[in-house]
Amino acid sequence: MFKKILIANRGEIALRVIRTCREMGIKTVAVYSTADRDSLHVKFADEAVCIGKPASVDSYLNIPHIMAAAEITNADAVHPGYGFLAENARFSQICADHGIKFIGPTPEMISKMGDKITAKETMIKAGVPVVPGGEGLLDSLEQANRMAKEVGYPVILKATAGGGGKGMRVVWKEDDMEKAYTTAKTEAAASFKNDGIYMEKFVEEPRHIEIQVAGDQYGNVCHLSERDCSIQRRHQKLVEESPSPFMTPELRKKMGEAAIKAASAINYESVGTIEFLVDKHRNFYFMEMNTRIQVEHCVTEEVVNYDLIKEQIKIASGEKISGRNYEPQLHAIECRINAEDPYNDFRPSPGKITVLHTPGGHGVRVDSHVYAGYVIPPYYDSMIGKLITVAQTREEAIDTMYRALSEYVIEGVKTTIPFHLQLMKNEQFRQGNFTTKFLESFKMV
Amino acid sequence: MDLKQIHELIKIINKSNIGEISIEDKDGKVTIRQKEEPAIVQSAPVQQVYHTTPAQAPASVPPAPVVTSAPASQAAAPVNEKLVTVKSPMIGTFYRRSSPDKPALADVGQAIAPGKVLCIIEAMKLFNEIEAEISGTIVKVLVDDASPVEFDQPLFLVEPTA
Repeated sequence: MFKKILIANRGEIALRVIRTCREMGIKTVAVYSTADRDSLHVKFADEAVCIGKPASVDSYLNIPHIMAAAEITNADAVHPGYGFLAENARFSQICADHGIKFIGPTPEMISKMGDKITAKETMIKAGVPVVPGGEGLLDSLEQANRMAKEVGYPVILKATAGGGGKGMRVVWKEDDMEKAYTTAKTEAAASFKNDGIYMEKFVEEPRHIEIQVAGDQYGNVCHLSERDCSIQRRHQKLVEESPSPFMTPELRKKMGEAAIKAASAINYESVGTIEFLVDKHRNFYFMEMNTRIQVEHCVTEEVVNYDLIKEQIKIASGEKISGRNYEPQLHAIECRINAEDPYNDFRPSPGKITVLHTPGGHGVRVDSHVYAGYVIPPYYDSMIGKLITVAQTREEAIDTMYRALSEYVIEGVKTTIPFHLQLMKNEQFRQGNFTTKFLESFKMV
Repeated sequence: MDLKQIHELIKIINKSNIGEISIEDKDGKVTIRQKEEPAIVQSAPVQQVYHTTPAQAPASVPPAPVVTSAPASQAAAPVNEKLVTVKSPMIGTFYRRSSPDKPALADVGQAIAPGKVLCIIEAMKLFNEIEAEISGTIVKVLVDDASPVEFDQPLFLVEPTA
């Protein structure tokens, strides 16, 4: 087992990893930019190294600085968290070259799934259903028009190096193609330095249902059932839950088998997630694979009762998984609490938290790195915490969430708590009637 | 603080060049002092060099110290406001000389000018020469030879020439 793990991340996930390492008796090294000097993950770690100026490129994305920090602290493993370098194949390779275990998949696994077109081809070969669409990158507007006629409108243009909803355009009819084609390419180039785009059939009003998987170094792969992440604003998840209100035992069996096929196709090592789109007929299509731990992993932890970070560390240290699949035993919901103003188009609201009171009680979990007096820096994402509730039924989990949200006091900055409160009382949400389009017509009262 | 933690602290001090460490928590204050006076120039109050957990953290959290995180603003508070602090631009191991048999690159009292190599910081087998950016005189050397340094860590105090 590792003696010392360096956490190459910040905020709540850094704290999350440190907590599990503490329980496992593993020493921790926190790295931080000058803007994160007072961050909780820095205070909780056994050691901390300042690795650069606030901008991510100078600190949390700076591979030489992070490797130097691992060197001077003698860390024997690195946990990349999510975002930043978590799915950076080059970073995974550099760790391997320096004899430091990257707690995640190998560079090859990351590359195979990082490029969306290669991932799709791998899935087709493995017999996993994929979104129907054209093959390969689009090389001209004329080709795009021809392909769209074959695939059938509506279609969606997506960036091959993409993520976070950037470089995506839905095209409803031929007249809109030219504008969509040019703006998608421009946005992709700006966001990912790669303007390659491809086309898929646009699955209308889909649900986003993902399957958590885990694989060890010996070829064993298992799944830990689904999370429904359809509540999204501009392709950013706001609320996640397990089990999905749309799930049936047969669908779970089929999707679970497909997820295992997907992970096995690349001999996947570590924890990961296969994201699917599910249409109203319960046809499901592979969308992409996230080769890392995800923000919403807590939801699965609460319904199968396993510490996924601990499993991830055990797998990285060479332990075998049982190979058993796990189904949700309870119902859990997570609300992402962001420092954003839901009354003003979710405008980011960094600043100093003057008052903080976190909720408690039965079935309530708070994963957060903020405290009263903490200044939320403007350089990073706006998530300041995750509130998770778990109960025997979905309705009780929602009611507990509402109760917990009303106890959650954060003053000094605007947060999305008012939005979540209104969502928990929304009839469509409570019925489980929602797709990824749901929030487009949701209005704050 | 229990006996085991005090034991650990003593072990750490013995291995280092630190002269004295003082740690205070809700249970009380512990001061541990080396027998001999160590031959280093360490102007920062020792407890600020170490990374301790905040007072409001639960008492069971051990105040495990780390050498590398010295809050740039607190360490080496200059007596003279005019003094300039040279901070580390990178992470690695700080060396005062380019090889063990050579003299120190920058000593107290030495005049420096932009471009003068003050020290070496080594990371991943690469040796980086850290050059001065101002003219002046070295007043204090703030880091021990062959110790780890982090980004922005104060390395030298310099009295700049007008």
